Amino acid sequence: MKILLEHIDKPGIQSIDGYIKNGGYRSVEKALKQLSPDQLVEEVKTSGLRGRGGAGFPTGMKWSFLDKKSDKPKYLVCNADESEPGTFKDRYLMEHIPHLLIEGMIVSSFALTAKTSYIYVRGEMMYIIRILEKAIAEAYAKGYLGKNILGSGYDLDLYVQAGGGAYICGEETALLESLEGKRGNPRNKPPFPAVWGLYGCPTVVNNVETIAAVPWIVNNGGAAYAGIGIGKSTGTKLISACGNINKPGVYEIELGLPVEEFIYSETYCGGIANGRELKAVVAGGSSVPILPKNLILKTANQDARLMSYESLSDGGFISGTMLGSGGFIVFDDQSCIVRNLWNFTRFYHHESCGQCSPCREGTGWMEKVLHRIEHGHGKLTDIDLLVDVAKKIEGKTICPLGEAAAWPVASAIRHFRDEFEAHVRNPESCNARHLHFETAMSH
Amino acid sequence: MENLLKVTIDGKSIEVPPGTTILQAARQLGGNYPPAMCYYSSLKDTGGKCRVCLVKVAQTSETNPRPMPKLVASCLTRVEQGMVVENQSSPEVLEARNGVVEFLLINHPLDCPVCDQAGECDLQNLSYEHGTEGTRYEEQRREFNKIDIGPYVQLHMTRCILCYRCVYAAEQLTDSRVHGVLNRGDVSEISTYIQNAIDKDFSGNIIDVCPVGALTDKTYRFKQRVWFSKPFNAHRSCAKCSGQTIAWMKGDAIIRITARKNAFGEVEDFICNECRFEHKQLSDWTIEGPRDMGEDSVISANKYELPVISPAVNVDAKFVSE
Ligand SMILES: Cc1cc2nc3c(=O)[nH]c(=O)nc-3n(C[C@H](O)[C@H](O)[C@H](O)COP(=O)(O)O)c2cc1C
Ligand code: SF4
Ligand code: FES
Repeated sequence: MKILLEHIDKPGIQSIDGYIKNGGYRSVEKALKQLSPDQLVEEVKTSGLRGRGGAGFPTGMKWSFLDKKSDKPKYLVCNADESEPGTFKDRYLMEHIPHLLIEGMIVSSFALTAKTSYIYVRGEMMYIIRILEKAIAEAYAKGYLGKNILGSGYDLDLYVQAGGGAYICGEETALLESLEGKRGNPRNKPPFPAVWGLYGCPTVVNNVETIAAVPWIVNNGGAAYAGIGIGKSTGTKLISACGNINKPGVYEIELGLPVEEFIYSETYCGGIANGRELKAVVAGGSSVPILPKNLILKTANQDARLMSYESLSDGGFISGTMLGSGGFIVFDDQSCIVRNLWNFTRFYHHESCGQCSPCREGTGWMEKVLHRIEHGHGKLTDIDLLVDVAKKIEGKTICPLGEAAAWPVASAIRHFRDEFEAHVRNPESCNARHLHFETAMSH
Repeated sequence: MENLLKVTIDGKSIEVPPGTTILQAARQLGGNYPPAMCYYSSLKDTGGKCRVCLVKVAQTSETNPRPMPKLVASCLTRVEQGMVVENQSSPEVLEARNGVVEFLLINHPLDCPVCDQAGECDLQNLSYEHGTEGTRYEEQRREFNKIDIGPYVQLHMTRCILCYRCVYAAEQLTDSRVHGVLNRGDVSEISTYIQNAIDKDFSGNIIDVCPVGALTDKTYRFKQRVWFSKPFNAHRSCAKCSGQTIAWMKGDAIIRITARKNAFGEVEDFICNECRFEHKQLSDWTIEGPRDMGEDSVISANKYELPVISPAVNVDAKFVSE
């Protein structure tokens, strides 16, 4: 079952003509002419669609929190800042089928009574910005954007904004600050964007994939969408798969697909590369807990682990993880958990905005300790120190980057403590392996 | 009074108007209110950054008896009817606060022996209560070069805890802000745009709002340990500000002028640069009398009503035991 990528291979789908030929922009006609904004919000509620940016918050509920009674303008902002290591689904969608996002933005803006909307695109992805700007120009020319869209009386202007070049600008309130032209520092919440968002006005921030699912829901009804998937994980999800697998890439899966099938089936990852064995998976982008083979394929209760919000988080942080943004990173039996963790912490250290003390200081501390362990200068007490520092960051920060930095550390040590100890006890073998990595990287 | 909200903090209750934050309510209760390193009540938008004021909300409100899922910044979280808060009474809060203090200290140079702020430093005070004797931090500490930001203020970025107070102070007290935060994460720094001098009037107040010794008074550098000088309330008639200051004396000489601070360590009335930097003659000022620095201050340990003869005479028992 494909909803987002159904037409991705059709010739000319990038252009508006090719897109319309394949049924594109039908939802705009239907929404603007037959449905009211409140009916649209209800449809999305019925669909059970959950935010695809990482947290999985029910989209219809988020929309209903928007303070529509406020006499200030309302804004819809699409979060296309995609920068989480391992996550590359939004850019794939925007590159290959940009009009799906534009169509989604139009109907979603209408549902939220927004007359100005923004797509905030990661600044490094200039080619995506050009694609979107071209698509938006085409949509204006065809009367899907601008004044009095399709004679409905609804006006909408849509802008693309290049991001500030920082992972933190993907956090929704940092994004709003950046969009306002300021330093991309996350805001303290409450107030949430639904009440105090862009320029202090009621605002909804949604991920690219979330918004791209809306046209299908409008065309086919929320109930039909809710019929796809499993339990409260309705619909389909884009998974960007990478690491030691035969077929890295972006896949659209129906939520509820067994993890084992996703890793080993030829339709998806095609098994572990070079005939090696599976060791561990980071299932939802670099910030979610890593799970070893036994726990990613089966839950602690020995049920098959499924690609769904509930199944992946089954067992909490003791034996579970999260679906997150759908960045699926696979490690084979040769990969080094310590080295990978050091790499992740290096990222969070580099990307912390530096506003709040636990994240600013803690991310750097963890990176430095891991750097020592990975380079053969660790001590056994460093391992518990890392766990403690992670704990002192988690839950104490302004925004969830703190957790995103702490969870990988806590989970890697929880499930692979022996590997950390081995690094401390055998510094020489670390150094040998280190050399191996350096040579591999220089080729 | 119109509908006051009742909040209970560590078992003590108080009624406050809507909009009051937990920290403000706690300050009204007195005693062990949460510390604040970034919030500054007279500067808009401050707070939420340092995280030392985190508290536990054990009951959100009368109608919502559930606890809040995470510790919250008491400087920003508003009181609700029937809210129950745990501050010093919660081991979880204390552990988190100790953690934050450790984070604030790992990259701090701990150069108190040569720092002008020692003795009136919020970080020093905080570490007495929440710090440990040693450190678990073995990595290299962050260092910055000193930046010259004009005739009056020395920026020693290595000591900065990035509370942003000075940024808001400059934004709100001077006619245009010429400094801000550059870069990101643990290499962020307070800096002026292309080494601009901070010489706007009222800019000297950034020295007083700085909780540590990152911004110090160049006209006072290395003149004296604060506890060997004597603070007196003083005033002069000034067209620009209230002229109400503290004159810090050594013998008959005024060695420093600062604004007056209240019991929470906040400036009562911001003063202009002229009063602060340009009037160091005794004849410039009307001396009102000794300034009470509060019992806890190390400055009070020195009985400055008495003439200073030899340290042995003046050092009281409290000072020795510390
Ligand atoms: C550090 C950080 C980075 C984030 N980056 C992104 C991002 O690149 N794209 C995204 O859609 N959401 C990102 N998020 C989540 C957003 O804050 C927000 O929850 C999301 O855009 C909401 O959209 P949704 O409800 O459609 O998922 C990030 C969150 C954090 C804390
Ligand atoms: S220089 Fe002082 S006042 Fe300014 S951010 Fe640093 S610690 Fe705060
Ligand atoms: S005083 Fe509340 S976070 Fe700094």
